Amino acid sequence: MRKKLQRRLLFMGTGAILATLLLAAPALAQEEVSAEAVQATLDNIWILIAAVLVIFMQAGFALVEAGLTRAKSVANIMMKNLMDFSAGVLAFGAIGFAIAFGEGNGFFGFEGWFLNTNHFADGYFGTLSLPTFFIFQVAFAATAATIVSGAMAERTKFRSYFVYSFVITALIYPIVVHWLWGGGWLNDIGPGMIDFAGSTIVHSVGGWAALMGAIVLGPRIGKYDADGRPRAIPGHSIPFAIIGVFILFIGWFGFNPGSELAADAAVPAIAMTTLIAGAAGGVFATLTVWFRTGVPDVAMAGNGVLAGLVGITAGTAAVSPWGAFLIGASAGVLVVFSVFFLDRRGVDDPVGAVSVHGVCGAFGTLMVGLLATEGGLLYGDGFGLLGAQIVGVVAVFVFVTVAAGALFYALKATIGLRVPAEEEIEGLDVVEHGAPGYGPDITALA
Amino acid sequence: MKLVTAVIKPHKVDEVKDALRAIGVAGITITEVKGFGRQGGHTETYRGAEYTVEFTPKVKVEVIVDDADAAAVSDAIQTTAGSGQIGDGKIWTTPIDGLVRIRTGEQGKDAI
Repeated sequence: MRKKLQRRLLFMGTGAILATLLLAAPALAQEEVSAEAVQATLDNIWILIAAVLVIFMQAGFALVEAGLTRAKSVANIMMKNLMDFSAGVLAFGAIGFAIAFGEGNGFFGFEGWFLNTNHFADGYFGTLSLPTFFIFQVAFAATAATIVSGAMAERTKFRSYFVYSFVITALIYPIVVHWLWGGGWLNDIGPGMIDFAGSTIVHSVGGWAALMGAIVLGPRIGKYDADGRPRAIPGHSIPFAIIGVFILFIGWFGFNPGSELAADAAVPAIAMTTLIAGAAGGVFATLTVWFRTGVPDVAMAGNGVLAGLVGITAGTAAVSPWGAFLIGASAGVLVVFSVFFLDRRGVDDPVGAVSVHGVCGAFGTLMVGLLATEGGLLYGDGFGLLGAQIVGVVAVFVFVTVAAGALFYALKATIGLRVPAEEEIEGLDVVEHGAPGYGPDITALA
Repeated sequence: MKLVTAVIKPHKVDEVKDALRAIGVAGITITEVKGFGRQGGHTETYRGAEYTVEFTPKVKVEVIVDDADAAAVSDAIQTTAGSGQIGDGKIWTTPIDGLVRIRTGEQGKDAI
């Protein structure tokens, strides 16, 4: 009798549980997510990861610049890198982003100040949310800004560089961005200029601003002898410099593939062209400097890798792997000659920023006009794209040299741009920041 | 008392130290210095610009001994610090007027 009752209870209990589960199943089915929603989430997450990779490039820049300059000013170069990023985030958030991406005319935007969410509403950036898009874009702005500190290293007043950091990320860079990525006039030249991840928009902006900074500042004390010939001022840490190059290389896998602004099938090929161009740049710069000076100069090899990466940044989605190899290799050769050229013309650029970012940025942009598989001259599509590339490169060169030149001359005339000679000779760390970058261990207090 | 000073190649420091210990020297001070003698400099290039390297890293060894031991110390250094190549360095001996051991206050030869 008891056994029968137990078995009946068991059946009833199991039945009750099954019934509950079956009734609950349709409710679970209502949680299903659409494919579009998944894609949107994927886009946002990938772009956020890419943004972080680009922000990591700031560490790369800091290491390259510190490694290729002298120890007595290392704290200063670190601070300039830290601050052009920090100030840049704020300036671009408050002002620059609106100029770059807000509604406006063909030359700049004038809506969306302080990341106004009414203006930059959902859908403004496709599947990307405002935070995602802003973080990604500010990382690029900070990249353009930090290029300049290398060319102006070892002799620039920190306060002046601090002011510059705000101006480039609030005004100069965003205006150029608006011209292409913000829907501006460069889209209407010929078939539209192609600068996928910013050889010109980011790297040349930084490179030409660096050029003006180096020119307005003048060369470091001791850089040129009485006959005007350049003296070598070796950097104090090749390990820093090369580790910095590797970090930049890694970060570039966010810089280029992330510029697809989506997690889609095009991304891997972009990573591929990036990789090939960087490697080619390193090899060919090494061969070039080896042939020209008799030694495989390590710092120059590092510059070569970066030149290749900068060069491919415009066409990373438009050229074939062979095109990437060609661009990277040519940039590697070009950067060596550019460094020699500028050095011998009295432009003291301690880290080669102008050559890597300005010259090779322009070069890479122009090469897209030849090598784009769709639209390139060498693919039989005529001069239209090449013409657009030339217009863009020239326009950005003129605008940035004038704007940055004006800024640096204004700083020179007001708060002063260059440190006094005694300070430059002693090193900037103690005078500008109160303590040496490589302090002695304070053993006096046991 | 004498101060025996030697400027030698850095990689010879351990051999010199062992040789001095072997002849009973209790204390040595070394300083990292740079210098050149008749070895001259050479030219290098960095990023396409030339520069001359004249001062080479060296180590200065200083030993304080009794007058009678100075010659032995100098010989010990000379035989171990040489590599047969230019840039081996030099040894010189100078007199000392006073010597004090800080911990105990001993003076003169007792402080050696």
